[in-house]
Amino acid sequence: MKAFIDSTKCSGYGACADRCPSVFEIDEFGFGAIIGDGEVPAGDADQARAAAADCPEHAITVQD
Amino acid sequence: MTSAHAGVYPGLTPRLMIGESASRPLTLDEERAAGTYEPVDPGGVIAELERAGLRGRGGAGFPAHVKWRAVGGGRCVVVGNGEEGEPASGKDRWLLTRRPHAVLDGLLLAAGATGAGRAVLYLSHQETVDAVAAARAELPPEVASRVEVHVVAHRYVAGEESAVCNSVNGGPALPKAKPPRVYEAGVDGLPTLVSNVETLAMAAWIARRGAAAYREHGTPASPGTALVTLRGACARPGVYEVPYGVTVRQLFTACGGTDPAGTPGLLMGGWFGGIAGPGVLDARWCYDHLAAAGSSLGCGSVTLLARDERVADVAAGLARWYAAESAGQCGVCRKGTEAIAGALARVRDAGLAGGAAPPADLAGLERWGTSLRGKGACAFLDGAANLARTAILAGAAAGHPAAGQHHRNPPRERAS
Repeated sequence: MKAFIDSTKCSGYGACADRCPSVFEIDEFGFGAIIGDGEVPAGDADQARAAAADCPEHAITVQD
Repeated sequence: MTSAHAGVYPGLTPRLMIGESASRPLTLDEERAAGTYEPVDPGGVIAELERAGLRGRGGAGFPAHVKWRAVGGGRCVVVGNGEEGEPASGKDRWLLTRRPHAVLDGLLLAAGATGAGRAVLYLSHQETVDAVAAARAELPPEVASRVEVHVVAHRYVAGEESAVCNSVNGGPALPKAKPPRVYEAGVDGLPTLVSNVETLAMAAWIARRGAAAYREHGTPASPGTALVTLRGACARPGVYEVPYGVTVRQLFTACGGTDPAGTPGLLMGGWFGGIAGPGVLDARWCYDHLAAAGSSLGCGSVTLLARDERVADVAAGLARWYAAESAGQCGVCRKGTEAIAGALARVRDAGLAGGAAPPADLAGLERWGTSLRGKGACAFLDGAANLARTAILAGAAAGHPAAGQHHRNPPRERAS
């Protein structure tokens, strides 16, 4: 599973980094960023899906 | 750039700058005599491009056969990209105004090889729009009507492939987030090949003459010839057809009419590759050697800085351009380009005042040079990151440490 952030939509709410800190972080400018290549670690799929569902800007996609 | 010089590297038999095209547009008769529009078996084209090792000429250098193959096999669209958003490049405008038929021919060939139902030529500069219109008017209507022309306002990001598809689809010429990539869903939601116009013209040359002929010039890893745009402090700035593998110094001595010794630096790959110190003069102008030298070939443009230019001034001017030209869609790009511009301006000012550059700015530039690559919806921020990374290195290499030696030369305004 892989996660993507649409940076044209991200406004820096930070919900993604709260929900799934193994995949998402807040960059030094305050916007959501993917850690590494966005590959979701085994066992964190539910958290990654929660991050996508809870993003107020619908900026996150997770693909199986 | 179209009024600038044009020519062929000494001893080279050109593939694109043929006949009188260095000095005037070719006529349709001259094009036909050169083989343009001659039928080609579309079935073998992609394999021939693979054997030739043709790489895209828009800047990324992606293998052409991979892109062509990725959209084939079903309904798809091909777009010839002649927008040439890179400010330091003029070669696509040269090609479109001097050999518009070669571009149309290449686009039709790409449509045939991929089975595309639509072929679109994407343009912005008025002289290219006029030249293509005149060329289409010379063609039989049933041929001319197979190509659509789409015109956009010129800006850097308008030539990015997702911006191209967005615009052709009726939206703004602005990049979109990936996925999907355009080879998955682009124009009309179909797999779309967006190819630089020089790549298309060269693909047509290869389709008719073969990969072995293409490889007679260049290097094994960077075969063939390419159009290069030389700019800056040289006697004959302009567009030249050159073989891959000559040194950057030879580009300027053989084509640019200037010995580049003594330059403090060069802008590589258009502006996208950042600033290289004079050490790059002895690197071979090809993909692998420039990458090994920490630079890039990009869209094939090289700008020579004058001996009295300061790397820190040029870097600050370019960084300000990036901040102003950012489409502002992505927060990280808006803030990242502003941060780089602010830091490089303070580094410049510190040097002019005879002081040391702020350590926090130097640390920030070094960090952003890596951390901002691959961020944002398109590669625009990568260009600013390349500038941040290379400016410090080039400043030091040129004896103008970005950390700020005192220089009496006044800052120079750079035209964009």
